[in-house]
Amino acid sequence: MSQSIKHLHERFQKLFPAMDADNPSPADEAGTDSREEAEPLEAEAPAAVPQLRCRRTEHAKAGYDLDLAVEPQQVLEAAGVLDEGGFAIDMITGIDWPDDNQFELIYDFLHFQGPARVVVRTRVPRDRPEIASLSAIFPGANWHERETAEFYGIQFTGHPNPIHLLLPDDFQGFPLRKDFKPEPDPS
Amino acid sequence: MMELQPVHATGPQETFVLNLGPQHPATHGVLRIKLTMDGEFIKDAVIVAGYVHREHEKMGENRTWAQFLPNTSRIDYLSAMMYTHAYVGAVERACGIQPPSRAEYIRVITSELNRISSHLVWWGAYLLDLGGMTPLLYAFDDREKILDLLEALTGARLTYCYYRFGGVLEDVDDNFIAGTRAFVKEFRPRLRMFRRLVSENIIFRKRVENIGIIDAEMCRKYGATGPMIRGAGVPYDVRRAEPYSVYPELDFEVATDPAADSMGRYKVRMEEMEQSLRIIEQALDRLPDGPVMAKVPRVIKVPAGEYCYATEAARGRFEVRIVSTGKLIPHRIRLRTPCFGNLSLFEEAARGMMLADGIAMMGSLDLVIPDIDR
Amino acid sequence: MTTVEPIRLLLFLVGAASFVGLNAAYLVWVERKSAGRFQRRAGPTEVGYAGLLQPIADAIKLMSKQLIVPPGADRFLFRMAPVMMMPPAIMAFAILPFSEHLVAIDFNVGLIALFAFSSFNVIAVMLAGWSSRNKYGIISAARVVSQNVAYEIPMMLVIITMLLVSGTLSLTGIVEQQAGAFWNWNLFNLAANPLMPVTFIIFFICMLSETNRAPFDMAEAESELVAGAYTEYAGMGFGVFFMAEYANIIIGCALAVILFFGGWHSPIGVFPGVIWFLLKLYLLIFIVIWVRWTFPRTQFYGLLNLSWKILIPVTLFTFLLSSVMIKIF
Repeated sequence: MSQSIKHLHERFQKLFPAMDADNPSPADEAGTDSREEAEPLEAEAPAAVPQLRCRRTEHAKAGYDLDLAVEPQQVLEAAGVLDEGGFAIDMITGIDWPDDNQFELIYDFLHFQGPARVVVRTRVPRDRPEIASLSAIFPGANWHERETAEFYGIQFTGHPNPIHLLLPDDFQGFPLRKDFKPEPDPS
Repeated sequence: MMELQPVHATGPQETFVLNLGPQHPATHGVLRIKLTMDGEFIKDAVIVAGYVHREHEKMGENRTWAQFLPNTSRIDYLSAMMYTHAYVGAVERACGIQPPSRAEYIRVITSELNRISSHLVWWGAYLLDLGGMTPLLYAFDDREKILDLLEALTGARLTYCYYRFGGVLEDVDDNFIAGTRAFVKEFRPRLRMFRRLVSENIIFRKRVENIGIIDAEMCRKYGATGPMIRGAGVPYDVRRAEPYSVYPELDFEVATDPAADSMGRYKVRMEEMEQSLRIIEQALDRLPDGPVMAKVPRVIKVPAGEYCYATEAARGRFEVRIVSTGKLIPHRIRLRTPCFGNLSLFEEAARGMMLADGIAMMGSLDLVIPDIDR
Repeated sequence: MTTVEPIRLLLFLVGAASFVGLNAAYLVWVERKSAGRFQRRAGPTEVGYAGLLQPIADAIKLMSKQLIVPPGADRFLFRMAPVMMMPPAIMAFAILPFSEHLVAIDFNVGLIALFAFSSFNVIAVMLAGWSSRNKYGIISAARVVSQNVAYEIPMMLVIITMLLVSGTLSLTGIVEQQAGAFWNWNLFNLAANPLMPVTFIIFFICMLSETNRAPFDMAEAESELVAGAYTEYAGMGFGVFFMAEYANIIIGCALAVILFFGGWHSPIGVFPGVIWFLLKLYLLIFIVIWVRWTFPRTQFYGLLNLSWKILIPVTLFTFLLSSVMIKIF
C-alpha cells in the first residue's frame, strides 16, 4: 500500500504544484515540494496561514499517511482523484480558527486495502464560508456536509438537501463556532 | 350513490407517507424514518436524525482533556471500551505516552469482551426485528456474564471509563482472569448452539438471504465500515489495516463474507465473536507482568497539533481527531462514528424494498442511535 | 323437541362463553409461563401462586382502562370491530363436540358452520385496521385479507379431503368413525390417503395462518407494524381481540382433534372422553405456543408464495389421491 501512497503523492504533486503562502500562483510549474518523502510530522502551527502542501506523514504519529492542503476550489478535483483511486469517504471535520478569521475543513479518506488514509484540508474565510459540495462524487459526504453546515454555517454549494441533520429544524446559530453563545434558558 | 373507482395496475400510483419512529420497535431508539410507501413497497426513505443529539463535540471544547473521557463511553453505549480506547489513544499519540505492555493487553481483553457483549445485543435484537423473541433472552444470558466480569473490574456495566491516559485504571485480579477463562470456555459451545438454533433456520434464512444487498462499492461511496464492508467481502478491519495497541502481536482472522446481503453481515458478526474469543485466549496467555499505568503528568497538556486515532468498534471504524492549541482544553474534538456512515446509505439502499425487508436490512446495520446523533 | 331443549342450549352457550373466557385468560398464563421456560426465565410469579392470578390482574387492568377512539377514526366501526370478533368464536363452540353427549347442537352440517364462524374474524380484524385510520392498521388490514384469502383455499381443500374420507359433515359423525384404538384415527388412515400426515401438517399450517399466529402473524408484526390492526385499541377493546385470538386457536385445534385425532376417543380407554378431548386439544395448543416462541416471522410474500405455490398444489394432489384411493378400495 505504501507504493500506492507514493504514487498518489506524486500525482497530487503534479496536480497541485506546491506553492509558498505568499506567492499563491497556481501556475508555478517548477514547484516541487521540498519537504516531501516521509518527512517526520512537525506539529502544525495552528495559527499560521496554512501552506499549500502535499506531504507524507507517519501514520503512527498523526493517524494518516498523506496530508494535502489545497485551495477550496481544488477540493473537488482532489476528491475526484481519490475516488478514482478507490478511496472511501471517512469524515469531514470543520475547525474554527477565529484568530485567522477562517474555517478549516478537513476531508478524510481511507482505503479499504491497507493503511492508507489521506487528509485533504482547506480553509475558507469566516465571513464568506462557501465551498463546493462533494455529494456528487461521494454520496456519503451528504450527511457529513449537512452536519458541518449546521454546526459552522459553512455553505456547501450544490448540496442536494441542505437542511439540518442533527439539530432541530428551527435552531438558530452555529454551535461549534467559537463565538457561539447559547440562548439563555427561559426558565 | 358513491361512484366506485376501478383499480388499475398501471394507473396513477397512490403513495402515502409512513412515519417509522421516532418511537418504533424496530428503530431501537429514537430514530425517525419518513417512508414514502407504495403499498408495501418503500418508494423513498428520508432519515430524520438528531433526537438524542447532545453535541459531545462542543462539550469537548469546554472541558479539560481528562474531563472529556467519560463522554466517549456515552456515544455508543454498547461498545464503550473501544470508544474510550480511541480517545485515550489519540491523546497518548499526541503526548507520546507509551502505555505499559500489561495495560495494552488488558485493553485488548476488555475491548474484545465488550465487542462480544455488543454483538450479542445485536444478535438478540436482530432476531427480535425478525419476529423471533427467544434468542434475545439467550443472548442476554451470556451478555450478563460479560457485564458482571466488567462490572467487577471497572465498576460500570455499560459506560465504562476504565482506560486512562497511559494505561488502565486498575489492574485485573485473579478472579477476572479466571472468570474470563471460564466464560471463553462456556461461550464456545453456546455460540455453536446459537448457530444451530438460528443460523440454519429456514424461515430466518429466507428473511435475510439476498435481502438488503449493500456491495463494497456502495460502502466505499458512503464510508460504511465494520461488519458492513466485511459482509461485502472486503477484509477491512482497523485492527489489521491501521494496527493499534497489541493487535499486531495477536493471531486472528478478519471475518469476511462475500454475500453482501443481510446474511453476510450476520455471518461476519457471528464469526467475529468466535475470533474475539481467540484474541481473548491469546491475550490472557501472554498477559505480561508489570505496571498498568505509565508515568503521566498529573495535568495533561496536549502539544499543539492535530492527531487522529482510530479503533475498530463493534459497528465499524471509530475515529477521534483532536486538535490542540497547547492549552488545557481541546480546541476541537471530532468524533467519527461508524453508525453515521453505515446509516447514511439506508436512504439509497431501502428504495424499492418491501417494508419488512427494509426492517430486516436496517436491523443488519446494527444501529445505535446515540452513536449517530452524538 | 321438548321444553328442556332451549334451557339446555342456553346452559351450553353460557358454558361455552365461560369456557372461552377462562381458557383465553389462562392460555395467556400458559403462554407467558411456557415462553418464560423457553427463554430461560420464570415467567409470571408475583400475583398468586406461580403467577396464577396474573390473568385476573391483567383483566382488571384492561377493563379499568379508558377506551380511546382516535380522532379521525370511524367511531362506529372502530367500536364494532371488537364486538364482531367475539360472538362468532363463541357460536362456534356450540357446535364443537367435546364428548359424545357434551355438545350443544349436533348439526348435520357442523363442519361447514364451524368453518363459516371461524372465518368471520378476518372481517373484524380488517375493520379494526381500516376504521382506526392508522397507516399501520391499514397495511395490516390489507395483509390480513390477502393472507386469509390465500390460506382459506388449502384449508378448504384439506377439509374436502377429510369429507371424502369420512363421508359426513356432522362433527359427531366424523368422530364416531374414528372409534376404537388410535390406529383408527384419521391421521393414521393411510388406506384412504397415504399422505394423511402431510394433510394434517398442511391443516396445522393453515390453522396457524388463519388465526394470525406466529410465524404468520402478519397482522400485528410488532417490529414492522407496531401492533398492526390493534395499534389504536386500548383497554378492553384490545383485550377482546386478544381473547378472540385464543378462542380461535382453541377452535382451530379442536377442529384438528376432531378431524385427525379421533375427537374424544381414547387411545387406551381409561378416562371419560371429555378428558381425552381436552388433553389432545391442549397438547396441540401447546405446540402452537411452542412454534410461536421458536420461529422468527416469515416475510409477507414468502407467506403468500407458500400458500399459492406449495400448499395449494400439494393439497390438490392429496385430494386427488384420496379420491382415487377411496374409489379403488
